[in-house]
Amino acid sequence: MSGLKDAGHLFRFAGLFVLAFLVFLVVRSYVVPKTFGQYGHYRGASIGEIASRPIKFAGHQTCETCHTDISDIKTKGAHAHVNCEACHGALAAHADDPTTVTPVKPDTAVLCAQCHAASAAKPKDFPQVDPADHAGGVPCETCHNPHSPVVGSDSGASAGSDSSASAGAGSSAKTAKGGAK
Amino acid sequence: MSGVEGYIYPNEVTLYWSVLIVLYPFITGLVAGAFILASLERVFRVEAVKPTYRLALLTALAFLLDAPLPLQLHLGHPERSPEMYFTPHSTSAMAMFGYVYLWYLMAVLVFEIWLDYRRDIVLMSQQSKGVMRLIYKVMTLGSSNISERALHIDDKVGWIVTLVGIPSAFLLHGYVGFIFGSIKANPWWSSPLMPVVFIFSAMVSGIAAVMLLYMATTKLRGQKIDMRCVDTIAMYMFYIFIIDFSLEMLDLVHRIYEADESFRSLNFMVHTRLYIPHIVIQICLGTIAPLILLFLTQIVKLPEVVRKRIYATAGCLALVGVFAMRWNVVIGGQLFSKSFLGYTTYKMELVTREGLLAAAGLTILPLLFLWALVKLLPPWPDKSLHEAATGD
Repeated sequence: MSGLKDAGHLFRFAGLFVLAFLVFLVVRSYVVPKTFGQYGHYRGASIGEIASRPIKFAGHQTCETCHTDISDIKTKGAHAHVNCEACHGALAAHADDPTTVTPVKPDTAVLCAQCHAASAAKPKDFPQVDPADHAGGVPCETCHNPHSPVVGSDSGASAGSDSSASAGAGSSAKTAKGGAK
Repeated sequence: MSGVEGYIYPNEVTLYWSVLIVLYPFITGLVAGAFILASLERVFRVEAVKPTYRLALLTALAFLLDAPLPLQLHLGHPERSPEMYFTPHSTSAMAMFGYVYLWYLMAVLVFEIWLDYRRDIVLMSQQSKGVMRLIYKVMTLGSSNISERALHIDDKVGWIVTLVGIPSAFLLHGYVGFIFGSIKANPWWSSPLMPVVFIFSAMVSGIAAVMLLYMATTKLRGQKIDMRCVDTIAMYMFYIFIIDFSLEMLDLVHRIYEADESFRSLNFMVHTRLYIPHIVIQICLGTIAPLILLFLTQIVKLPEVVRKRIYATAGCLALVGVFAMRWNVVIGGQLFSKSFLGYTTYKMELVTREGLLAAAGLTILPLLFLWALVKLLPPWPDKSLHEAATGD
């Protein structure tokens, strides 16, 4: 018993650890969301919260139901696999109410360079230019149809530019880049 | 583009791991090294280094308290750090660091220091006055039992804690090397030798730091430096330094002989951008020079004053060399492109969150922690305390 008495201070130190652990458990029960770990290493309820947010992108199928003329040109061109909203921005609001919500046409002098400005990091077969040398500030659509950009293709230069005025909002550079690749 | 040479991917132009990430393994290395030095006396019964035992423990604690601060400053959201304890992610080495750190801080260092100082704490709680008395009272945890039997139990438990502490110190610092060594996308880092090299260089830096601190504090207190102690520390530092240097050279020779697809790029980098920090500072100035100096003290019988100067110089150079090693690992690993065709430049800022001043502040901070710890728990024997206790 005297051994235990002389080791009493060690039990006090151990007690301090146990107390700290209990405090930790209590704090943890308050600060960790209840749904954490429900599906994985994240808050389960976040899925419902994200799903309930308003949809901003309409999807290219929605665009193609009205803009069939553009769709016909685009499917034959080099940008066939670039989604409409990659360049025109999120347009679910326009799809819901086409008359009231009228998107702004993107400035091709700025937009195209986001994917096609020359960079050593891009694959060699990817079309890329020095925008200042190549166009000198002239909008790309002067020579290229953004929906079928190869000059001399069936659609011809600037053939689609008028139609594209009916759509388009802010540019989505990252999505456009991914789409172009 | 300024500072960029050859072909480099856009996300490689700016270095994301700054000088603060260099500082972090350097500081944890000092912790591990200081603790290993303390264990020499406690576990391996190297009596000669006893004068540094308590100082080594306090140094380890001071630097361990500082260790997470460079990471906090780098990440920028300290309020989020408890998350790694609340929602532990067992498959992330970085996330598990929190537990390694807490284990080493509380179960090893704080517990061992408390056990070792308990007699002094009880005596100081009886003899000091005012706020200090209250602090010491709290530190006794309400037990003033300093009977011979109780102190014997403390000694035995302390020995076990130190024994557990050695692999814990290896784990703490081996983890840092593991983090770098396991990044297989980066050939400069990806090496199974990385954790071992980190541990041995940590031991060199920790031992050098405690030796320098012991010499400096003894001189400041107007006491005589125990030459048997510093001779023994220098001897251990020399032996561990040889192992550390051999491992680093083994890694280098292996890379040269293997000569994989990254070799030409890395070789070019070492001979250009990393020439000064790697070849000149780390290898020549920070490794070969102190090794030669320490070698001299082992084979030539030099006068005491010369030995002191050599130890001080070798210690400082070793610290510079180990810091340069951390620098070359962290910064060097981000200077070359994964295309192996280009290089970028690290431009250290001055007065920013991750700049030179912040790094300098975080290097000085553990010395302030140490000063406070030494004031609270003096590491050198206080005769008046024990005389008063025995009534002499």
